[in-house]
Amino acid sequence: MGVDVLLELAASMVPERVALGPHAGGMTFAELAERSAAGAGLLLAEGGRSVAYVGVNGPSFNVAVFASALAGLPMTPLNYRLPDGDLGALIDRLEDPVVLVDDDMRARLPGRQRLFSTAGWLAQTATAEPVSLPPPDDDAIAAVLFTSGTTAAPKGVVLRHGNLTSYVLQTVELLVADDEDCALVAVPPYHIAGVATVLTNTYAGRRMVHLPAFTAESWLDIAATESVSHAMVVPTMLARVVEHLEAATDAPKLPALRSIAYGGARISPSILERALAAFPAAGFVNAYGLTETSSTIAVLGPDDHRMAMGSDDPVWRARLASAGRAVPGIEFAVRDPYGALLPPGQTGELWVRGAQVAGEYVGLGTGLDAEGWFPTRDRAHIDADGYLFVEGRDDDTIIRGGENIAPAEVEDVLLTHPSVRDAAVVGLPDEEWGQQICAVVVLSASDTKATAEERAEIVRAYASSRLRSSRAPSSVLVWQELPYTPSGKLLRRTIIGSLTAESDNPIAATTDTPANGGS
Amino acid sequence: MSVPVPLRTGARLRSQVDATEIIVVRAPADPVELTCGGHPMIDVKAEPEAGLTLDPARSTGSPVGKRFSLDGDASLEVLVTKGGDGTLANGSAPLVLKEAKQLPSSD
Repeated sequence: MGVDVLLELAASMVPERVALGPHAGGMTFAELAERSAAGAGLLLAEGGRSVAYVGVNGPSFNVAVFASALAGLPMTPLNYRLPDGDLGALIDRLEDPVVLVDDDMRARLPGRQRLFSTAGWLAQTATAEPVSLPPPDDDAIAAVLFTSGTTAAPKGVVLRHGNLTSYVLQTVELLVADDEDCALVAVPPYHIAGVATVLTNTYAGRRMVHLPAFTAESWLDIAATESVSHAMVVPTMLARVVEHLEAATDAPKLPALRSIAYGGARISPSILERALAAFPAAGFVNAYGLTETSSTIAVLGPDDHRMAMGSDDPVWRARLASAGRAVPGIEFAVRDPYGALLPPGQTGELWVRGAQVAGEYVGLGTGLDAEGWFPTRDRAHIDADGYLFVEGRDDDTIIRGGENIAPAEVEDVLLTHPSVRDAAVVGLPDEEWGQQICAVVVLSASDTKATAEERAEIVRAYASSRLRSSRAPSSVLVWQELPYTPSGKLLRRTIIGSLTAESDNPIAATTDTPANGGS
Repeated sequence: MSVPVPLRTGARLRSQVDATEIIVVRAPADPVELTCGGHPMIDVKAEPEAGLTLDPARSTGSPVGKRFSLDGDASLEVLVTKGGDGTLANGSAPLVLKEAKQLPSSD
C-alpha cells in the first residue's frame, strides 16, 4: 500500500480537522487530500518521471509528498544548503525530475526544465483538476533521499512505499491525536525525519505547523502561539532552546507542550538533564533511526526518561544515554566484524531487520544480507533488557549538529595548504554540537620564524576560508607524525583516544564554535 | 462461490453484507479466503451478490483503523479502511485484532 492511503484514511475520518497551519484558516485533512490529488495532476502534466523538492519546510512540502505518491513519482527533497554546483549535480542524478523550488532559490537552478515555484504550485492545487490513478504498489519508490555520504558522491537511499507505510502502521495508531494536538516541525524536508513527520502526523490526525528557519526565540514563540503539543528537534536545537530559557526570564511558557522528541545525533547528558528541568511537564522521547530504516527504529520514551532520572540504580541511570528499545516490527543484532552475534553488553556493529528497513541505494542495489539484515555501520551495545546504546558511527563520519561530515572532505582542503604535510580530521565529543571537528596536522619543515602556534593558526584560518562554517575545524593541532598501521591505514581511533585522554594539549589553534548552525 | 486466491499486497476488498472495507498490508504466499460477516470479501469495485445477508453469528464488527491478522501467524495483515459490523475471517476462522503497542510520537 502507498503512503497516499495514510492521508486517505485521515481525510475520510476527520475531514474538517485542520491538518496544516493555524487552527483558524489552516488547510483541513479533506483539503489536503483534494489538493494532493490536484497537485498530482499538475506534476504529471509536466511529463517528468520524478519530483525534486528544493525548499524549506512548509505546507507545500506536505502536499508535495502526497501528490508525488498519487502521481506514482518518486520524490527527492534536496539539501538547499549545498553549494549550487553540488545541488545541481544531485538533481542531475534524478530521472527527468519535475522541480519544485522556493522562489528565493530559483536563481540557483539556471536552465532547468519542468520548474514550479513551490508557492505557485501550491496555489494552483486549489483550482487544478484532481487526478485519480491506480494507487502505488508496495514496491513503488516513494522517496529517494541523499546521504551526505562518507565518500565524495552522496548515496541515494531508496525508500519504497511498503517501507514507509510499514513504519507508520507499526508505530502510530490511526487518529491517535485529538483536535487540540499540534506538531511543530523544525527539521528540513531533506532529513528523513522531515519526511517521516509528514506521514506519522497525518496518520495520527495531528495538525502540523512549520518553522523554516530555526532560532530558539522563534521556536519558543511559535510553540506558544500555536499551542504546540508535540515538538521534534535535533540535540543542537534543544541546546539552544535550553540556553535561551536559562538566560531569559520573560520566555513564553508552554503549557500545551506534552512531548519533546529529539534525535539525529548524540545529545550531551548535561543538555538533556537541563532540558528535562526546563520542561518538567513534557514527556521526552529519544528517537534513533537512519535514512535507510525509514526513520525511527528505537525509542526511549517518557517513562524511561523518568525512571532513569529518578533512579539510584546505575543500570537505569545509564539508560538516560540510551536510544531505548526497538520499535514493533524491528529486530536488533550486535555482531562482531566477522558477523558473529555478540551477547548483551558487548560492543559491535548494529544490524537491523524489519519491513521498514529499506537498506537500498540508487545504482548500488540492496545492502541487506540474504536474511534481510542491514548493517547500520553504527557501533552499539544492547543491555540485558534490550536498551540500545549507540556509540558512534562505525566508519569515521563526524556528526556535528545533526550534519554528517566526511573527514576526507576536510582533510583534502587542509592538504592543499603548502605547509601541511599530513592531516587527519576527527570528531571529538562536544556538549553543544554532539561532535566538534578537530584537525591534526603534520607541518613541513620551515625556515620561517613563525612559531608552531602561529603556523597552526594560519592553517586553521586557511581551512575556515575554504569550507562552510559547519565543516571548518574548530581546532588545529600540530603533531610530529600521525599514527598508521603497518599497512598504511590511518589510526583515527588512536588519535581520538589520545586527544580525549590528555589534558595538556599539544600546540593548538582554536576558535570559538560559530554562533549559528553554519551553512 | 469464490475460491481461495493468492492475495496481493495493497489489494482493496469490501464486504458483501456490511460497510467493511480493508486494504491488504501483508499478503501470505498461500491462498486465503477472506470473509466478512460470513461471506467472501470481493474487490472493492465489484458488485455484491444479490440476496446475501450478514450472518448474526459473524457480526463482532471491524473497527476502522484496526489491523487484523491470522491467529498465531503474522503472514497476513489487513487494515480496516471503512468500519463495519461483520467479523473478518479466513474462511470461518476469525482474524485476530493486532494490538498496537502505544508508542510515544517520535517524529
